[in-house]
Amino acid sequence: MKDNIVIVGGGIAGMEAARQLLLLGYKPILVEKSDHLGGHVADWHCLFPDMTPAQDVVKGLVEQIKDANIFLETEVSFINRMKMGYNVMFSNGVNVICKAILLATGFDLFEASRKEEYGYGIYDQVMTNRDLERWFNTGDDKRITGKDIKKIGFVHCVGSRDVKAGNQQCSKVCCITAIKQAMEMKERFPDAEVYCFYMDLRLFGKKYEDFYIKAQMESGVHFIRGRVSEVSENMQGQVIIKTEDTLSGKPAKITLDLLVLMAGIVCNKQAVQTASMVQVQTDSDGFLKSKDNILNIIETGSKGVFLAGTATGAKTIPETAAEARAAALAIHNYLVAQS
Amino acid sequence: MMDFGFSISPSSTMNLDKVDLTLYDRLCSIEPDARKCMACGSCSATCTAGPWTGMSVRKVLLDIQRGKDKEAAAMLKGCMLCGKCTMVCPRGINTRHLILSLCRIYGEDAK
Repeated sequence: MKDNIVIVGGGIAGMEAARQLLLLGYKPILVEKSDHLGGHVADWHCLFPDMTPAQDVVKGLVEQIKDANIFLETEVSFINRMKMGYNVMFSNGVNVICKAILLATGFDLFEASRKEEYGYGIYDQVMTNRDLERWFNTGDDKRITGKDIKKIGFVHCVGSRDVKAGNQQCSKVCCITAIKQAMEMKERFPDAEVYCFYMDLRLFGKKYEDFYIKAQMESGVHFIRGRVSEVSENMQGQVIIKTEDTLSGKPAKITLDLLVLMAGIVCNKQAVQTASMVQVQTDSDGFLKSKDNILNIIETGSKGVFLAGTATGAKTIPETAAEARAAALAIHNYLVAQS
Repeated sequence: MMDFGFSISPSSTMNLDKVDLTLYDRLCSIEPDARKCMACGSCSATCTAGPWTGMSVRKVLLDIQRGKDKEAAAMLKGCMLCGKCTMVCPRGINTRHLILSLCRIYGEDAK
């Protein structure tokens, strides 16, 4: 058996890196804190831009990493630096001596209830992007099931581009997710009017702009430029939102039957703690700090510690997978140079 | 009643619950590309008549989307149908054709 490699996190980044390392002849050890692999993607229903079922993506990866040592419901308890590598202690009592550690620790979804003015957890008809994906998967949510939904609103940038919420960065994927979900809701509720409240539409990725045009042309989604400032509830249990229609230069209000908050990608607090055990710092944006933000996102200031995926900032799935492959190669090169 | 020297200004808030989209829907049925506008403002920036008459295709479309049909009709009077807006539209909307269709709808309604 070749050298031990520990991968922290069983999301897309961790799984793709494990897959590549297996192909390179290693037998990585993958630890995942939850009881299943797939990370946030496992909670999703369909993925832009081709509406690929999220389960297919997760299952496809899980199938291919069967030969790795996978510990579920396991966390890293502590890591000690040794002469030639690291001694990693897991919460299940297993102790591993490894030469390389990959932090594929992912992100946290912004806690929407922190933006109190949007009423998540206060008003009945407010939900998050994740809640909506769960409803797509289960068909069970008291905010939608059996309700007469005639008007739906999507609020972009919830907890993103928000200095006061402590997250200056753009979460990248919410614009396209909002448009995807708006179109999916229009399919399920053809008579409903669907509104997206945005500051900018940042549709940078492959075929994202096509999605936008399709949402305008085929789904008739209304795009209103302006950040929602406050939400209230009326006696019928509907939500009334206030925003500035910045294109008209006038304040606007609208009553909705359902409001979906596009909670953003924020740094994983627990990952910061794990990273500190191996002296990996956080960058000025709160995410884990790479050796270099242009040509060396994978390596860190600590020898033998590597990064992949959203641990270093908001990313799409293809970007995450590409980084994971790069990380596997970087680890391989590192181990070859060591021996 | 005693005059205290105060008055109440009407609210400038647009109530989107009460917007009448009949005209917008009619326009979209004959000019589906009207939905494509992303309010970039190229049309207004290039408009020959705009600086003198207030004409702006972007604003015409926005007004119709907000149910302000009269304001849109007033603005349209400034258009000289030169078609420069069509040349610059990045979404490929035939704005000149769209303006003519709108005028036709307004013309029918005036009869």
